[in-house]
Amino acid sequence: MYLYNLTLQGSSAITHAVHGNFSGTKQQEIIISRGKTLELLRPDPNTGKVHTLMKVEIFGIIRSMMSFRLTGGTKGKRTLYRPCGDYLVIGSDSGRIVILEYIPAKNILEKVHQETFGKSGCRRIVPGQYLAIDPKGRAVMIGGVEKQKLVYILNRDAEARLTISSPLEAHKSNTLVYHMVGVDVGFENPMFACLEIDYEEADADPTGEAAQKTQQTLTFYELDLGLNHVVRKYSEPLEEHANFLITVPGGNDGPSGVLICSENYLTYKNLGDQHDIRCPIPRRRNDLDDPERGMIFVCSATHKTKSMFFFLAQTEQGDIFKITIETDEEVVTEIKLKYFDTVPVATSMCVLKTGFLFVASEFGNHFLYQIAHLGDEDDEPEFSSAMPLEEGDTFFFAPRPLRNLVLVDELDSLSPILACHVADLAGEDTPQVYLACGRGPRSSIRALRHGLEVAEMAVSELPGSPNAVWTVKRHKDEEFDSYIIVSFVNATLVLSIGETVEEVTDSGFLGTTPTLSCHALGNDALVQVYPDGIRHIRADKRVNEWKAPGKKSIVKCAVNQRQVVIALTGGELVYFEMDPTGQLNEYTERKKLSSDVSCMALGSVAAGEQRAWFLAVGLNDNTVRVISLDPSDCLSPRSMQALPAGAESLCIVEQPFESGAKSALHLNIGLSNGVLLRTTLDSVSGDLADTRTRYLGSRPVKLFKVRVQGSEAVLAVSSRTWLGYHYQNRFHLTPLSYECLEYAAGFSSVAISSNTLRILALEKLGAVFNQTYVPLEYTPRKFIINSDNNHIIILETDHNSYTEDMKSQRRIQMAQEMREAAAGGAPEEQQLANEMADAFLSDILPENTFASPKAGAGMWASQIRVVDMGIGGGQPNTLFKLPLEQNEAAISMCIIRWAAQGEQAQPHLVVGIAKDMILSPRSCTDGSLHVYKIYNTGKLELVHKTPIDEFPGALAAFNGKLLVGVGRMLRLYDVGKRKLLRKCENRHIPNLIADIKTIGQRIFVSDVQESVLCVKYKKRENQLIIFADDTNPRWITNSCILDYDTVAMADKFGNIAVMRLPQSVSDDVDEDPTGNKALWDRGLLNGASQKGEISVNFHVGEIVTSLQRATLIPGGSEALLYATVSGSLGVLLPFTSREDHDFFQHLEMHMRSENAPLCGRDHLSFRSYYYPVKNVIDGDLCEQYNSLEPSKQKSIALDLERTPAEVSKKLEDIRTRYAF
Amino acid sequence: MGERYNIHSQLEHLQSKYIGTGHADSTKFDWLTNQHRDSCCSYMGHPDLLSYFAIVENESKARVKFNLMEKMLQPCGPPPEKPED
Repeated sequence: MYLYNLTLQGSSAITHAVHGNFSGTKQQEIIISRGKTLELLRPDPNTGKVHTLMKVEIFGIIRSMMSFRLTGGTKGKRTLYRPCGDYLVIGSDSGRIVILEYIPAKNILEKVHQETFGKSGCRRIVPGQYLAIDPKGRAVMIGGVEKQKLVYILNRDAEARLTISSPLEAHKSNTLVYHMVGVDVGFENPMFACLEIDYEEADADPTGEAAQKTQQTLTFYELDLGLNHVVRKYSEPLEEHANFLITVPGGNDGPSGVLICSENYLTYKNLGDQHDIRCPIPRRRNDLDDPERGMIFVCSATHKTKSMFFFLAQTEQGDIFKITIETDEEVVTEIKLKYFDTVPVATSMCVLKTGFLFVASEFGNHFLYQIAHLGDEDDEPEFSSAMPLEEGDTFFFAPRPLRNLVLVDELDSLSPILACHVADLAGEDTPQVYLACGRGPRSSIRALRHGLEVAEMAVSELPGSPNAVWTVKRHKDEEFDSYIIVSFVNATLVLSIGETVEEVTDSGFLGTTPTLSCHALGNDALVQVYPDGIRHIRADKRVNEWKAPGKKSIVKCAVNQRQVVIALTGGELVYFEMDPTGQLNEYTERKKLSSDVSCMALGSVAAGEQRAWFLAVGLNDNTVRVISLDPSDCLSPRSMQALPAGAESLCIVEQPFESGAKSALHLNIGLSNGVLLRTTLDSVSGDLADTRTRYLGSRPVKLFKVRVQGSEAVLAVSSRTWLGYHYQNRFHLTPLSYECLEYAAGFSSVAISSNTLRILALEKLGAVFNQTYVPLEYTPRKFIINSDNNHIIILETDHNSYTEDMKSQRRIQMAQEMREAAAGGAPEEQQLANEMADAFLSDILPENTFASPKAGAGMWASQIRVVDMGIGGGQPNTLFKLPLEQNEAAISMCIIRWAAQGEQAQPHLVVGIAKDMILSPRSCTDGSLHVYKIYNTGKLELVHKTPIDEFPGALAAFNGKLLVGVGRMLRLYDVGKRKLLRKCENRHIPNLIADIKTIGQRIFVSDVQESVLCVKYKKRENQLIIFADDTNPRWITNSCILDYDTVAMADKFGNIAVMRLPQSVSDDVDEDPTGNKALWDRGLLNGASQKGEISVNFHVGEIVTSLQRATLIPGGSEALLYATVSGSLGVLLPFTSREDHDFFQHLEMHMRSENAPLCGRDHLSFRSYYYPVKNVIDGDLCEQYNSLEPSKQKSIALDLERTPAEVSKKLEDIRTRYAF
Repeated sequence: MGERYNIHSQLEHLQSKYIGTGHADSTKFDWLTNQHRDSCCSYMGHPDLLSYFAIVENESKARVKFNLMEKMLQPCGPPPEKPED
């Protein structure tokens, strides 16, 4: 088995975000890391929309990322290729420090420096986990979690190029680092501050006292630029453990020093005679959280202008505080904190100079906010370090909806995907992908459909059924189209576009006849082609008409800005061209073709050219001919292509090549059988080459030229509507998620659907899927599809949280306490307390922004939900909810029809529940199996509960009986009247059953850390017998049966493997290899006596939570779909021929050597992170072929004995055969 | 004799350079503590593992990271009493 890995939807979580002006202009940009991809975003300051400029996979893990600018950055020589923008420095798992620069001309990130310092991998002592930059950009410190810290000096050479020194060591053994930052010291020697803890004493003290007393220290490291040496300048113990540091601006801008964010406190520290300034972190008033919990800041952003600076820091609950610092002659006197707003908890925040706040959420969608107010002039109380407080006491504030921030854009994120199923529930012939995404109150169940989201701008009814529509401009320089022309069977309607769209009669168009085509001609003229002639309308409304001769009429035509070609009945071509005076002149000769014309197309006239040089004509004899329009050999044939079916429509567009940036003409041929051919048209010879084929739908394909983001694109209308456009160096052919269209014209797309005129806009270019979703309350753990009625049943379970019941109980209790506290006081006080208590009970903030209360460890809340995803065309909605009691955690489920109930067995839902579970070390008091009867309305009715003694990790239906993983025991249950009845048991699973999959009499049981075990149920003996297992330990998250002998599995470290049982393995225990019939005879090292063989190994780089065999496109073959915690979806495609495999193997090999991953990680070693990669070719790497330089493309293609176009075609083919 | 000495010094070099390299006197506790510290560091280095923990524990990623750092100080409790010799 050979597989090809392809990512369908890249990761959508953000792990780091930094801002800067990377392109060297004044524009503010954000670079985000998505774990193993880097992406450059540019928020448009006018519209507030975030645009993705480029995206690159680095085949490594980004652990830290910083942007920096060399001092006097703009003074250097600025050229096209050296834009002097900000640099990006990356700490990854490659054991190398990498500095990148964005090259706007090529739209790529280019490696400026790469310095090796250690082993690869996320190791304890190898630097890469932390990065700190001197704020003046003179040095960078890169640190590991323990011991090692390296400092590199950054400088520029005579040509203003960035230089990097050899590393200077600042190691300290037995020391763990929590965080490090560069201290702003102006232009004095660069200084770095580290939060450290020394474990040496704790390791040596058996009483454990030392560990209790060990203090975290804040250590300053100074880089002496004169001596070229790093010294440990000063170290000071801290009172409580901190988790991160914030640099305070220094030099001329501020007092310098650092803010230490520790549990419950914020402390300002600096070198010299500065006192520590300490301020508690304010807490929410009347919070349901466990009062014993500490509060930490999770991330911060700094805003600095010439005159002021402030910090925004976010707490674990999502509350953002604005932190300002008061100084008195360079000495800090006070820290002030003010509640700013609450947004979902972020991993990174960026304040942009343009007044935006970018929030990269830890889970779920990311946001861009506009900062409308700085929170200076409101009544929000300000907390200060100068306010006297008792030790251990803190400030309180009341969270409220946004006041200072305004949401302007939202970036969709699927992260984390916890479960995934592909099914065609809606009966749309293309299957949908159903995903359980998100965490806690921000989670959702989503249906993904492959297609581009369409925004409908206007819909208007038309009299009768139109058959075509065009839009034209009155003058070339006008920004917008002026007329919409709609053609009916026997009339033409002209609509003028202004404030409103209304019918006009003085446009000069002939209204009493159907229209074949209209176009703007030259600068300010219009042309209308109708069956009896051509009407040329000049700007001053003079009309020149050309009448079709005799009994002939015009059947087809092709028009562009300067040329008109018509085909008369009988296959005669007449060619007109506009002369410099604006007159349309007929060419002296006409051309007689061998058969009737079925369609024609002209390309656009390129800027600075007189004409389009080629005409494409589709004939009824299933051919397409290219005819020259060059005056020297006008109307002579140039090339011809035979087609498998009749051509329905043609369209010539100019689009960049898939490979390389050069533009080329592409002839698109829509066939009557629903196939689209896309061929390159040589701009000199007119030769047709490199044909790509795609099946679009069941109806003949009509093609229309439209403009998308300033470049030409093709809209193809079949039974679905597709858009072929070039975006981010790749050609995309994507269906529109919209109703079936009849005809379209470019005007940010006007289209006709049956008898309505619609104006559509396409915004989210580049998106693979569009989504519909239902919000959930707790984290969805698992879901299944009830195939009887296509409902989805979801298990939602959250640790560390209260159920709804418990929350309201707690609220009532707290309100009661408030009232009681005032009970003895004055009547006004009592009334005030009553009002406060009532307000507390009535004003409940939405948990999806304000986070749900943290109940503490061992507190669980769950519910079972039944959802209808809008399969009947309606809105997706929840049909039924069944909340469980506090501390009951729903873990597993399955749908089963009991064999014992015979033919009429109804489907039942079995849910495995653990009570009072403790996560670490794992324990639970007891568990139970709930059996529910499923009604067609979605309702669930409890039949009975069966107590079990352990954690029910997995359930599976097995020949009408129930297989349960109870802790490490595998049990078979049958249904009884009052409870489930235990039939048999196997106690030989090593640790804990995480997943059970069954096929026939075979059961594949996944252990939580010992890979998959193959179990056979022997009916006669009523025994479950392990007959084979894997040789590797794997921490399985999910598995998927590929065939009777083969199982695919994914583990917690981001690997996918396929295990196959060799032919020699027998599941018949009679053939006992030991010969003594000892069933429990253990094989090697306590494993089973027979072993499976690993046929595939692959490191995805993200934790795969779900594996499924699925067909993604109608008519496609099956592939293995995986979904990850980072929110990406990928497929593993099987190769069907040895030849293809050979080709891609060689391509991958060349790509590895020619296109080394950007952050210095070796591709082969990344894909072999935990197990050597086996039998998988990385399509993501192969597809980077298209973004290589043309010369490299050529040399690789030469080695493969092909042309670059053929290689691109191969890449496209394998993708479109299985997916999109 | 010289070669043996050489190997010995090589080992010593490795032990000082790479924390956790075992030697003849390594105890189970040393080994386990090193294992745990290595694991904690790996969890922090792989963003997906950190997310995975954060989802399971229903805590923020920063809190999970902080807890892991705190755990690294003494991941397996205090060391056993050294036998008198």
